[in-house]
Amino acid sequence: MLADKDRIFTNLYGYQSWQLDAAKKRGDWDNTKDIIEKGVDWIVNEMKSSGLRGRGGAGFPTGLKWSFMPRESDGRPHYLVVNADEGEPGTCKDREIMRHDPHKLLEGCLVAGFGMRAEAAYIYIRGEFVHEANVLDAAIEEAYAAGLIGENACGTGYKFDIYVHRGAGAYICGEETALIESIEGKKGQPRLKPPFPANVGLYGCPTTVNNVESIAVAPTILRRGGAWFAGLGRENNTGTKLFCISGHVNKPCNVEEEMGIPLKELIEKHAGGVRGGWDNLLAIIPGGSSVHMLPKDVCDTVLMDFDSLRDEGSGLGTAAVIVMDKSTDIVRAIARLAAFYHHESCGQCTPCREGTGWMSRIMDRMVTGEAELSEIDLLLDVTKKIEGHTICALGDAAAWPIQGLFRHFRPEVERRILEYKKSRNAA
Amino acid sequence: MNISVRNAEAFEFTPENLKWAAGQLAKYPASRKQSAVMPLLTKAQEQNNGWISVPVMEYIADMLEMPYIRVQEVVTFYTMYRQKPVGKHVIEVCTTTPCWLRGSDDVVAACKDELGIGFGETTADGEFTLLEVECAGACVNAPVIAYKEEYYEDLDNDSTRKFIRAIKNGDIIAPGPQTTDRHKSAPQGGPTTLKEFCATPGGDS
Repeated sequence: MLADKDRIFTNLYGYQSWQLDAAKKRGDWDNTKDIIEKGVDWIVNEMKSSGLRGRGGAGFPTGLKWSFMPRESDGRPHYLVVNADEGEPGTCKDREIMRHDPHKLLEGCLVAGFGMRAEAAYIYIRGEFVHEANVLDAAIEEAYAAGLIGENACGTGYKFDIYVHRGAGAYICGEETALIESIEGKKGQPRLKPPFPANVGLYGCPTTVNNVESIAVAPTILRRGGAWFAGLGRENNTGTKLFCISGHVNKPCNVEEEMGIPLKELIEKHAGGVRGGWDNLLAIIPGGSSVHMLPKDVCDTVLMDFDSLRDEGSGLGTAAVIVMDKSTDIVRAIARLAAFYHHESCGQCTPCREGTGWMSRIMDRMVTGEAELSEIDLLLDVTKKIEGHTICALGDAAAWPIQGLFRHFRPEVERRILEYKKSRNAA
Repeated sequence: MNISVRNAEAFEFTPENLKWAAGQLAKYPASRKQSAVMPLLTKAQEQNNGWISVPVMEYIADMLEMPYIRVQEVVTFYTMYRQKPVGKHVIEVCTTTPCWLRGSDDVVAACKDELGIGFGETTADGEFTLLEVECAGACVNAPVIAYKEEYYEDLDNDSTRKFIRAIKNGDIIAPGPQTTDRHKSAPQGGPTTLKEFCATPGGDS
């Protein structure tokens, strides 16, 4: 188990105050000037050597992403945008950072912003997180008052501003280009890439969009060194990670653990085990709703990191572990996700706009078995027609949970269809 | 758009909100006023009893020098903007899979029974509106209700009834976990990690 001394989010549960004084006692804003004076290249290299992969779901190497920002400004300002539009079903980690450890995020904005020559950071927080946005606003005010950000951030001569931008209820704004559109005051519909945000992002300027957790861990990494972070977890899957364990466990919770912790150990150590015991486990969605579910036999041994879960045909995603025990109506669990994606499709690409509704309607009937056996293959065909045929990954995300269901539980759906037919014939 | 919406009352920000709006505009480059459309709409909705009428959209559009249609696009795209009047108390119940696994069906049943209305409806006295929402992002504290800027968590049928009755009585209910004595998103019975940090008093609740 990860030692407390290697935990970054020491106020994850909010037992202590989020405010500046308490944050400083926990080590935040400790000689940030020193980090900045080491320079842009040092910061980016240290982030690269830490092996940190983006914590928002895609797992792209964070240091590499920062290095994509133009080295010389062509006159356009650079922006850092923090993606705090947390809404992937199962995921509730960024909320804890923002309401209990906002100064980690703000200090992260400063060092990351400096590392990409940005003049400002916009934190895009989902509209429902009102309390969290208020805490962030208050923390930003504290940071300005203390001279940590603003005209002469931490006494370095570097000018850096941080702003909070509140969303208003749209899962799609978690997609980075939709998020940028939203800050620009438009519908949150993803942009075609290229151009990538590092060249043409917010207001047409070079922009990097990072997840809250990726930014909030940066100051600790830079203080303790990339090598420290890289020494945790395993190669290509380094560091610590916030896990959200929800569903049918005895004690649902968030916890920071080492990357690569066995899934079973994670659940038994921190979440009090599966309701009714490990053998009562049916399946787990290991990385937020958008990844394939894992049947119990895979859960027995799989490690919680990017590569291990990819090898099982799933993904670490946001590390939101949704546990389902044997009492679960697994078809309904996935049908509800299908409804979610239908609701959240932005409507821009036809395969997703029409396909998510189509899938949702078929899935709803499969819950009761009111379908034809041939519709299973039709449904899977629809998922294939959406996957990879849309501007952003929402189409893929809508397709995968359904594919995962049929990969592991096709006989269950077939049983329901046949039973429904039988009951109709009898009647 | 229905007649009542068309005929909604004229709208303008209170002096206080107008000042607040100027502060929002200052966050964005001077040539990018449109960026403030979302915060301004949110504030306008607050001032306008929880919904956005056509005059509200026109007012915000004029203030930001935007075509009306661009503002309406934003209002119709984001689910938190409400395009018809709502009750004084808006109860938002999350029913997405993580909440559903932990019994959101019971929470929904309790809401419908206590209020006598279904999703998307408002009580005849204009007091309550019940809404179904997609993932609220508090899944380890499921099931969750969002009400007046806060989340009410770890609900079941009984605690949901108690919660709604408390609102009816004008009582104040502390947000956070309702059925357990757990601290926020720590596991019930106390954290498995960081015990020395959890012992320190002074945390905000």
